[in-house]
Amino acid sequence: MSEAAVVVTGVEKVFGRGSAGEVTALSGVDLTIEPGEFVTLIGPSGCGKSTFLRLIGDLIEPTAGSVDVFGKSAHQARLDQDYGMVFQHAGLFDWRKVAANIELPLELKGWSKAERTARSREMLDLVKLPDFGGHYPRQLSGGMQQRVSIARALSFEPRLLLMDEPFGALDEMTREHMQGELLRIWRETGTTVVFVTHSISESAFLSNRVVVLSPRPGRIHSIVEVDLGERTEDTREDPEFFRTSTEIREALRAVEDGS
Amino acid sequence: MNGRRVLRMTLTTFLAMVLLVVLWEGYKWVGQQTGDRVPGTDIELRVTTDDLTMPHAKDILAELVSDIRDGRNTLPMSVYLLKKAWFTLQEAAIGFFLGLTVGLALAVLMLRWRVVERGLLPWINVSQTIPLIALAPIIVTWGRINDLPDLFSISLIAAYLTFFPVAVSALRGLQSPNVADVELMRSYAASWGTTLFKLRLPAARAYLFPAFKIAATLSVVGAIVGEISIGTKTGLGRAILEFAQRYAVFPERLYASVIGAAALGLSVFGLVSLVERIFTGRTREVVA
Ligand SMILES: Nc1ncnc2c1ncn2[C@@H]1O[C@H](COP(=O)(O)OP(=O)(O)OP(=O)(O)O)[C@@H](O)[C@H]1O
Ligand SMILES: [Mg+2]
Repeated sequence: MSEAAVVVTGVEKVFGRGSAGEVTALSGVDLTIEPGEFVTLIGPSGCGKSTFLRLIGDLIEPTAGSVDVFGKSAHQARLDQDYGMVFQHAGLFDWRKVAANIELPLELKGWSKAERTARSREMLDLVKLPDFGGHYPRQLSGGMQQRVSIARALSFEPRLLLMDEPFGALDEMTREHMQGELLRIWRETGTTVVFVTHSISESAFLSNRVVVLSPRPGRIHSIVEVDLGERTEDTREDPEFFRTSTEIREALRAVEDGS
Repeated sequence: MNGRRVLRMTLTTFLAMVLLVVLWEGYKWVGQQTGDRVPGTDIELRVTTDDLTMPHAKDILAELVSDIRDGRNTLPMSVYLLKKAWFTLQEAAIGFFLGLTVGLALAVLMLRWRVVERGLLPWINVSQTIPLIALAPIIVTWGRINDLPDLFSISLIAAYLTFFPVAVSALRGLQSPNVADVELMRSYAASWGTTLFKLRLPAARAYLFPAFKIAATLSVVGAIVGEISIGTKTGLGRAILEFAQRYAVFPERLYASVIGAAALGLSVFGLVSLVERIFTGRTREVVA
């Protein structure tokens, strides 16, 4: 029996407990994610998607329940550096050149200079920016910076990739291109991905499963299975793609209507 | 590109000096015409324009090249001031680095423990309300009791002024990274110290260098005030004190020594700016 990548059991997260501004961001959440799976979280703004992701990544702790990652606590998984994270804003360090940004996690893991250089070069090829290692982040467009940020997250081959609206700030064309790139990288590396988005088509195109969250308090409303096989650009015109998108859209409508 | 910056700086400095001379001489000229009254009125000017109160700019400049006795030798005034400034510079430099070290250390402590920040920050602010003139004799007395050279005591006085801007700006700079950047380091399981060196310190550079520049000029001020208030035998402060006592005879000399002090302040400011350019390279200041 292969152990699950992520097991979330009865998780609740209350912010500011006991204060006037007490918010129950998540309540009674159970979810199991298999290794190599691509799972997307979708739901209205403020329903707790980022909170969910941050709980898995042990950036915050649940007020009840438990999060296990690769058979250990989320905390241990973080200490073992199992996570790669990508946020909505690329969050590159502007005093470091692009290559040095990608090498940051490797530096922290104590890789040698030669190993780091070799790896950052590989990663730059992977995200199709082979000539930009010597540039500073602000010399790159938003989309290019986001690709660097993905390269940085992938550079040390994390077992679990957590992505919070990484393509939110991109235009439609760049976004679709990046989705293709991400899937290619995901297939090549076999990593597990938990991905947060607001976009229905993005969730349908990328994932094996789409988790629809309902707000106040955040709960799992439903889970949509996606069966689109190998994605190509034609997938976006596939009837099955439309059917899946419709299913997700209806779930979201139901959520918005408060059922 | 770099050369043009230097040229522009030199030109602006030069123009500012010309403007100062023009204002000085203009005011003096008007006063002389009206018998020290505001033109068209009977109101007396607060600063009279006779040669004792306001010597001509050309006389002050001439004073810089004219001879002055220094012990058994005779030297041009500018060389004399340069010699004095060398002592003051040493005191200021020690004071600067001492203040920088203490300021940075305090900032890191306050960053590490919120309690320290809450307990210490008010005292750091209060420290700067104590007049230096009152503090200087105390520090020197302590120094002399403990057999420390006066030079070191004066450095301590300079450090007392310089640690403040460094501590305050460094704390702000160290706290400047946003939550996402801090969480990124956290996701790598980076220790507090690693986060300090890889994220917080580099992010603080834009805050630190402006503070270093202020601290550099303050260290000169501190050293001169220290010299004046404890009566050392040498240094720019001593020269200023001496010339002030003989102001009635040689007013130009006091002005010349003040110019010397200003030049020293500007030099250390320039020096730190140079170091900044080397250290920050292409990344520019983001805040004042
Ligand atoms: N650090 C915090 N302190 C207090 N409340 C918080 C905190 N973080 C999130 N919340 C609250 O928890 C709820 C869920 O927030 P979260 O950021 O997870 O939503 P989201 O689904 O990611 O929204 P969006 O789609 O707008 O990014 C919100 O009501 C928010 O106000
Ligand atoms: Mg969010």
